[in-house]
Amino acid sequence: MVEKILISGNEAIGYGAIYADCTHYFGYPITPQNELIEFMAREFPRLGRTFVQAESEFASISMVCGAAATGVRAMTSTASTAFSLMQEGISGIASMELPCLIVNVQRGGPGAGSTQHSQMDYLIATRGAHGGYKNIVLAPFSVQEAFELTQLAFYLADKYRIHVILLSDGIMGQMYESVELKKLEFPPLPEKDWAVKGSAAHNYVRTFVHNSPGIIGSYYDYMKRSDEKYTKIKENEVRYETYEIEDAEIILVSYGSTARVSLRAMYLARDEGIRVGLFRPITLWPFPREAINKIADNTKKFLVVEDCMGQMIEDVELAVVGKARIGLVGSMDRNLPTGSGMILSRKVLEKIKAFN
Amino acid sequence: MEEKDSPRRLICGRPKSLMQAKSPLCSGCQHGIVGRIISEVIDELGIMGNVVGIGGVGCHAMSMFVMNVDFVQALHGRAPAVGTGVKRGLNEEAVVFTIQGDGDLAAIGIGDLINATVRGEKLTTVFFNNAGYGTTGGQLAPTTLIGQVTTTTPDGRRPEAGGFPIHVAELMAGLPGVVYSARCAVNTLAQFKRTKKAIKTAFQKQIDGIGYGFVEVLSACPPLLKMSPTKAREWFEKHMLAEYPLGEFKNVNEREIKYQIEND
Repeated sequence: MVEKILISGNEAIGYGAIYADCTHYFGYPITPQNELIEFMAREFPRLGRTFVQAESEFASISMVCGAAATGVRAMTSTASTAFSLMQEGISGIASMELPCLIVNVQRGGPGAGSTQHSQMDYLIATRGAHGGYKNIVLAPFSVQEAFELTQLAFYLADKYRIHVILLSDGIMGQMYESVELKKLEFPPLPEKDWAVKGSAAHNYVRTFVHNSPGIIGSYYDYMKRSDEKYTKIKENEVRYETYEIEDAEIILVSYGSTARVSLRAMYLARDEGIRVGLFRPITLWPFPREAINKIADNTKKFLVVEDCMGQMIEDVELAVVGKARIGLVGSMDRNLPTGSGMILSRKVLEKIKAFN
Repeated sequence: MEEKDSPRRLICGRPKSLMQAKSPLCSGCQHGIVGRIISEVIDELGIMGNVVGIGGVGCHAMSMFVMNVDFVQALHGRAPAVGTGVKRGLNEEAVVFTIQGDGDLAAIGIGDLINATVRGEKLTTVFFNNAGYGTTGGQLAPTTLIGQVTTTTPDGRRPEAGGFPIHVAELMAGLPGVVYSARCAVNTLAQFKRTKKAIKTAFQKQIDGIGYGFVEVLSACPPLLKMSPTKAREWFEKHMLAEYPLGEFKNVNEREIKYQIEND
């Protein structure tokens, strides 16, 4: 029998990491992801795995880099403000092509912003820091999915030798739901023969994992390899879910916690006879551009619901290439103009009705 | 290289953990000597196959290209944190050392270094102090001497504007996680031998599971000083040795815990 427990979205990521055989966690406290670092501090040592509280997010991402370079499954978690601090390290990890997981439980920004939820890191998560690299971004919208996408994240990271960002948010992290704890099965993975273990492990041929692809070795090879990798990921790993889109006049596009709000709004609208559908990207990169483009052949109205001033909307605009009209339900539509305000279903319904 | 059971014994030559490669360093630079010392120590300790080096950003990192051991490159200043990840990733079974320069270690990375010792990491750090930034063309470093001219202190470093030279070996000696801290030089054969002994001790402390070992090695940078190698060495002996005293500042065999709460 599969075990079912009541846990928060933050804890679900911790359970996902355990079920994915992640052995190394490095982190630094920040709201609203603290339940996750505390879960790791409690559970990882008990399981004989490594937990380290770093002195900063510069350090925690660097520790993930070091551990991942040895071939173990390593991760860190943080929230927006400190996700910015990690950017240099993440760019370094991209240059070294190290598989690992970085969890961002989004809070309000910019700056220290607020300690409450937001979805204001879409662009930094999907576009990244300097150097033009790409990374897989997964966005759960239920506690169960947070648990499962964490396992998927480690699989995809190892499959492509790439870092994966799990983009959660304050509401997702604090939300409690019952979760079926089940280890997901994945196909076999390539061996990590590039990992640093001391040269004795490689017949005394030394291994050198570096972050200067344009100085050491061939920049051309690095770019070609990356380009092929990104293309392969775009071809094979796009994930999304659709609800009632077949006859929809208006399609809501939303991810994470606002997708839950949007789903409710969709049903409220359907009750009133308005034909609304929901498109929910699960991979924010690669973004399901082609799927949306195809839908735009039939549906001419897209309403993007995201708790920011409009970020994912840019990807939707690129996807529909002028075939449909696009509107935004954003942070200005929160029920309260405060840090703790949120977009409610009735506001989305209101905007659906006004979108003509 | 001679066979183990050969009656002929190699008394000098290139260490096994040093590749046969052209030095990428400038003439008169002493960083190459330090790289060689680390290689000799690795050979003598017999850890070549079980050691991982972490290189940072700067001239010191050139050793990364010529040392025949596994290496992970860290971003500027992050070597002790990356080293922490590597050490933990390999279940604390590998010997992990960082090589860092004065910009890397004493400026952008001083927090990483101190906190690695605060966490009780068992790593070895060799700090290349040449009183300035070499790779970027000779700017002020935290270790630059008062009055020293650099490209960003064109009138010489003044305390009012540029602050004071940092003494890292003494600072490290004051930290409970550090069990060995020394400052050395390589300007004479006698100093070369002392440096080698210090670096070997710093590695041994890690191998024995005692704690963090730290060795600061002073050196002169002729291009930074805009001097010939000979003149740079004279400058080094006159000024750098006056600012930075050589010696062992800490050498203990146990980490000290002053007070401990007994939970009941």
